[in-house]
Amino acid sequence: MNLWRKLACAVLAVVLCASAAANWLAPAGYARQYREATNSAPSRTHWLGTDEIGRDRFARVLYGTRISLLLAPAAALLSTLMAAFIGGLAGYLGGIWAKLAMAVTDLFLSLPWLFLLITARALMPLNVSPLISVLVTFLLLGLLGWTTAARVLCSTAASLRSSDFVRQARAAGVPAQRLFWIHVLPNLKPVLYAQFWISIPVFILSEANLGILGLGVAEPMPSWGSLLKELEGLVSLGEEPWKFVPLILLVLVVMSFQFLLSNQDEVTA
Amino acid sequence: MNRCERLWGKMAKKQSISIALLVIALVCLAGHAIAQSGGELRFCLRMEPKTFDPLKVEDEASASIRYLTGGVLVRVNRQTQELEPELAQSWKISKDGRQITFHLRSGVSFSDGTPFSAEDVAYTVQQLMDPALHSATGDAFRSGTGNVETKIISPTQISITFPAPVAGLDRLFDQVAILSERSSKKEAAVLGPFMLADYKPGASVLLKRNPNYWKTDEQGRKLPYLDSIRLDIQPNRDVEMLRFKRGELDLINSLDTDYFDKLAASSPQLVHDAGPSLDSEQLWFNEVAKAPIPAYKKNWFRSANFRRAISQAINREDLSRIVYRGHARPALGPFSPANKFWFNNNLKPQIYSPDAALRTLQAEGFRMENGALKDKDGNAVIFSIVTNAGSKPRERMAVLIQDDLQKIGIRVNVVTLDFPSLIERMTQTFDYEAIILGLTNVDLDPNGEMNVWLSSSENHQWNPQQKVPETAWEAEIDRLMRAQAASTDPKQRKEAFDRVQEIVAEQEPFIFLINKNALSAVSTAVHGATPVILSPQTFWNADRLTVAAK
Repeated sequence: MNLWRKLACAVLAVVLCASAAANWLAPAGYARQYREATNSAPSRTHWLGTDEIGRDRFARVLYGTRISLLLAPAAALLSTLMAAFIGGLAGYLGGIWAKLAMAVTDLFLSLPWLFLLITARALMPLNVSPLISVLVTFLLLGLLGWTTAARVLCSTAASLRSSDFVRQARAAGVPAQRLFWIHVLPNLKPVLYAQFWISIPVFILSEANLGILGLGVAEPMPSWGSLLKELEGLVSLGEEPWKFVPLILLVLVVMSFQFLLSNQDEVTA
Repeated sequence: MNRCERLWGKMAKKQSISIALLVIALVCLAGHAIAQSGGELRFCLRMEPKTFDPLKVEDEASASIRYLTGGVLVRVNRQTQELEPELAQSWKISKDGRQITFHLRSGVSFSDGTPFSAEDVAYTVQQLMDPALHSATGDAFRSGTGNVETKIISPTQISITFPAPVAGLDRLFDQVAILSERSSKKEAAVLGPFMLADYKPGASVLLKRNPNYWKTDEQGRKLPYLDSIRLDIQPNRDVEMLRFKRGELDLINSLDTDYFDKLAASSPQLVHDAGPSLDSEQLWFNEVAKAPIPAYKKNWFRSANFRRAISQAINREDLSRIVYRGHARPALGPFSPANKFWFNNNLKPQIYSPDAALRTLQAEGFRMENGALKDKDGNAVIFSIVTNAGSKPRERMAVLIQDDLQKIGIRVNVVTLDFPSLIERMTQTFDYEAIILGLTNVDLDPNGEMNVWLSSSENHQWNPQQKVPETAWEAEIDRLMRAQAASTDPKQRKEAFDRVQEIVAEQEPFIFLINKNALSAVSTAVHGATPVILSPQTFWNADRLTVAAK
């Protein structure tokens, strides 16, 4: 294990342990409002200061990490699996199947998702608990986020299908199913990994922006997305630097996962 | 001294005299220029003006242009809130409140040189009251069925007769910019201090000084002082603030609290807090009978005691202090104390008391069970509060209220929706439980809120378009609002509207939360600006503003 992987392990271990121990590290919880100490700077009582309505930012980062770390990768996994199934299979099978799958993908890409999401929000009841709203949000992201990855995977699978080693395997009489699982799919892994890691920060930020449709993580529950929203009003980088903690955490966690799970040679390269 | 030196001396003397004369001439010219040139004022419109026809104005951007270009018969002084003569030197309202007679100024011309007379006033009123025009300004004058009649008594005297009494008739003319009947330029010929010079759609509007403007200052100098006003169309407030900080803009008419505090921290001399404005923020529950919400919730929302308890449990001081950082005051009722004449001074502030709220709820049959409030049938008290996404103050207020109500065992789900969806739920489907929104009040007179308080109105938000009033207190409000609208006696009108304010405070169909302060920013280069609470806060006296050379 090289140094980068060790560092990534350490970062992830610290972040995961801290978020798991949120109840113990921040016993007051993420929703408690210290109304006499709003917008305060870091102090011994509030390590990362408080937000505009006096909630402890450290507690909100810990609980937000728990939610985002659990649900954003889950949504990314769902969308990547859908992309792998639809795009990978279409590319591998080729012909009418590829055309059909890509037509469906193009249709999905051309749909005005903003309006469809507004419709989805209209169909949902208003009176849902924050937990259900966060689950629905990430489920929707997962179900809708597969299209771009599917196109990439389709073209990669198509090029693999016509590659020499697949032709040789086919000529050697390897059955189609085995060919796909043993020869094609492992070679799609780098693309799948890339799509997976790209999707996580995209979904975290999308969750924050979906708040405009009433689909984001509902108050008072925190998420990295809602915490990142605090950066909107900052005029300069030097102003209240502790507000950058969720952003730094997001970058660190995504990078650490990449270092840890990617091929070691690729990381070194 | 030789001849050459003497000659040189004479030349030098002559040159000195010439230079002195030149300097004097330059100083005089400069003085003249200072007296005549007031520079260019630059600020932003937050949306594209929808019209330049002053009679069709409905949006804020068009209203700003109308204010700067339109000549009116009478003007509400934005600082004193008193009515002042403009193109009409005097006016008289008949005892029955149906007729108003104006005595007009003579020797006044439109910007294109056509003379102003009573014919122009008659023409403007006829245009304004034409039903085909659908003028929002004209709607305020519609008191009964029948035509409005104008009678030109002389070129400087005109009487206008309405089919029924119009309350606050003279004040309504503050919004009526007089058009020229004879000018071929029609609405481009104006009587106000500025005239439209250039319009680039999506980019800017340029107004130039009206050379024929009739007003002069105390020293007899012609107004306005400014040469021009450049209005950049800029919906993005971040960009507006950035440009103001760079000195590319001279004023910001209405500032958010966040921007105000940030600017105040770096440049306190630029920001102005004029105190509580007429605008309010309020929470209300859905009381519509056909609303698609459970019947037991409708029963809660229709109970005055339930609404009163919610009101008691909301800490308005914290809303003002935390959300608006002290730039707001807890609201007492439909009108802000800033409305000097119409505000009911006998209204008592709602005291924040979770204990009192619980007692009120217990009297209504609610009870606490394991920290959760339940009604007499055992239903847990849970409801959603909707507000428009993107409004940070409203989102923050909703979260504070969520926390306040949790203290009395009520669980609130905060939902933010895009504005069109929210409006659709509020006005079409009635699929909501509670809403936080604001009321922008530009009219000092309660007649401007007839569409809110009459139970038959579309904007009677908690239960609109009632065929007959569903409650006794709404029937009483209807009666009082109609009575004040029909009366021309200011005392009687005030008594009626005072009672309306008392009923609203007792029943709390709207739980008024706060009155925002009027916040603005004005560059130090602008002289003569005295921001006020009434719109347009910073440029209400635009004809007397000057901008120092950059």
